[in-house]
Amino acid sequence: MDEPQIYARLTEIFEDVFDEDSMIITPELSAKDVVGWDSLTHIRLILSIEKAFKIKFSTSEIGKLKNVGDLVTLIQARA
Amino acid sequence: MNRLYSELQWLPRAPEAFARALKALANSAGPLGRELQVLALHGLDLNQLTKLAKVIAKARSDGKSLDPLVPFRLAVLSNSTIDLTVPALVASAARHGIALEVVQPSYDQVAQEALTPGSMVNASRPDAVLFALDYRALPLKLSLGNAEAASATVQGAIGYLQALRDGIKSNSKAVCIFQSFAPPVEPLFGSLDRALPGTLRSIVDAINRELAALVFGSGDVLLDVASLAEIVGLADWHDTQLWNLGKFSFSDELIPLYSDHVARTIAALRGKSHKALILDLDNTVWGGVIGDDGLEGIQIAQGDARGEAHLAVQRMALDLRLRGIVLAVSSKNTDELAREPFEKHPEMLLKLDHIAVFQANWNDKATNIQAIAEELSLGLDAMVFLDDSPVERGLVRKLLPQVAVPELPEEPAWYARTLAAAGYFEVVTFANEDLQRAGFYLDNARRASLQKQAGDVDAYLASLDMTITFQPFDATGRARIVQLINKSNQYNLTTRRYTDPEVTAAENNPEVFTLQVRLADIFGDNGMISVVICRPGEPGVWEIDTWLMSCRVLGRKVEQMVLREVLEHARHAGIHKLSGTYLPTDRNKLVIDHYPRLGFTKVAEEGSGLTRWELPVEGAEPEGAPMKIVSNGFRTPKEILTV
Repeated sequence: MDEPQIYARLTEIFEDVFDEDSMIITPELSAKDVVGWDSLTHIRLILSIEKAFKIKFSTSEIGKLKNVGDLVTLIQARA
Repeated sequence: MNRLYSELQWLPRAPEAFARALKALANSAGPLGRELQVLALHGLDLNQLTKLAKVIAKARSDGKSLDPLVPFRLAVLSNSTIDLTVPALVASAARHGIALEVVQPSYDQVAQEALTPGSMVNASRPDAVLFALDYRALPLKLSLGNAEAASATVQGAIGYLQALRDGIKSNSKAVCIFQSFAPPVEPLFGSLDRALPGTLRSIVDAINRELAALVFGSGDVLLDVASLAEIVGLADWHDTQLWNLGKFSFSDELIPLYSDHVARTIAALRGKSHKALILDLDNTVWGGVIGDDGLEGIQIAQGDARGEAHLAVQRMALDLRLRGIVLAVSSKNTDELAREPFEKHPEMLLKLDHIAVFQANWNDKATNIQAIAEELSLGLDAMVFLDDSPVERGLVRKLLPQVAVPELPEEPAWYARTLAAAGYFEVVTFANEDLQRAGFYLDNARRASLQKQAGDVDAYLASLDMTITFQPFDATGRARIVQLINKSNQYNLTTRRYTDPEVTAAENNPEVFTLQVRLADIFGDNGMISVVICRPGEPGVWEIDTWLMSCRVLGRKVEQMVLREVLEHARHAGIHKLSGTYLPTDRNKLVIDHYPRLGFTKVAEEGSGLTRWELPVEGAEPEGAPMKIVSNGFRTPKEILTV
């Protein structure tokens, strides 16, 4: 799966999790930029991504994530 | 992970337009209940459930009506993170007709909340408290091979749970819902863990056994999470990584399943479980099409793989009938042809005698199901319809959204399991009357045909040789009383639901007049068929708080006989007036004229349709009916005067 495809799929997942239409997902996007991105929603986001891409992140990988860019790198390494 | 359970595959998949439909609903004026329920009746994942709950929360804060969903306040006490589960509970409850409000105290405040009189949970006056505990909430110490120490550990855990219950009972009187404990996955010895005292496995097993015994018959409820976890597989249930990450006590993928089970339990507490199973025949009850394949061609034999799948459906239907679920048939066939296998096929387990209503014709199935519901005097929302054809299922869902219609997989081997997984027939109590109910409906059909022959109603009633028995509430009848109070919808003047402790309180209060009524006739014992509660109103007045009757005995003049009995006790108690209320719901139109027909006079009417009625005790002489009267267990007039 190439990067644009990953971003497209991620956009759908973000919109689903945050219940927002037309979100713009950029590599720099992080929790402080999105209303409602608290620790619980973060877990729900990670779980939704794992399910959608059929991958599992390790606990330390989840701990190290800083922004969407990190997430995409991780997905590329796995998917 | 088995997708039947993790994806709730007995429910249809959510439509493409789910999110859009939800948004449209959020903007409508309401009442939203019916449409919310239709949307909730899909196999929703956690994100979809969360969105649905958001719409419900918004509607509530905007003051919109959620009718006809039934309000229920549930406090959840847990030693784990339940924040993702709470919205799923609210949305799943809507699926089962409940407008759920969740009271959620801070993380891991179980004992404090239960034991403190003014705690958030106790102060909120919840209808029920769910102890969503997993084994990590209990002080479990290994004591390998030491039976005495193991037993002390088990008793300690049970004592803790009992203390929680006592706290709730003395502070808020809510129903307690306990969970059995899903055993941990990791063995210590291996197979020995099960038998050796003091291993985690044997301790958890023992706690589950004791907890089940403690809760059974107590008026509180056990949610069997251990069984649920075993069904989906303990390794899938326990997600260690999630526990470490955020103290989630089970896998996020199973939150929809767990929430549906909690919602079923609540719906069962509110008497919303289903009562009848309507079976399609061709390719559901047997393999093949009787009209094409003939008696010899249909697949129903032992030893035939396809036939055994359908036999499993029949066996499940028979077992359900054994516990009181009524069976009916709806088939597109000529009547004679459809009955042939029941009469002539040696391998058929189901016989015509098991089927209360048999509808084989060429009408559409929605029409047939309506006819079945009418004939059984049951609501459409008490019906479950099992059919292999997606077309028929779709039609019935569209025309009769109140009827439960499980999705079925292609493979008939999974039909019975899918029906069981849907949990339509979940109840929280089981009374002896349930055992006989399926038979009652069959007898009723016979009574109806007798009525057709008899012509004159009074002659018919006399021919039934009825005996009516009146008693005050007592411990023996309590389970059935609670069941009737929570299940009766149609012949129910006020539809007030009471829990077991509330019924016990009425039973023990000398100021309250309670009545349980049984009826027997030539066809057999109908069991308990009517319940009345009168509470003291103004001096000398009894307020009829509850008056309900089973629709099985409609048209038998039971209500007149009940009134005569009430009047007699009222006279002894020095009461000079009875005061009754009709509280309309969308199900009890049947009794709108109950009080005027009994000679009561209307004294008030409200815009909601609520009416109030009065009857002076002196001079009231309702017409009797030909039946033998037995009245026992009541205090004598002398005893009443000394109260």
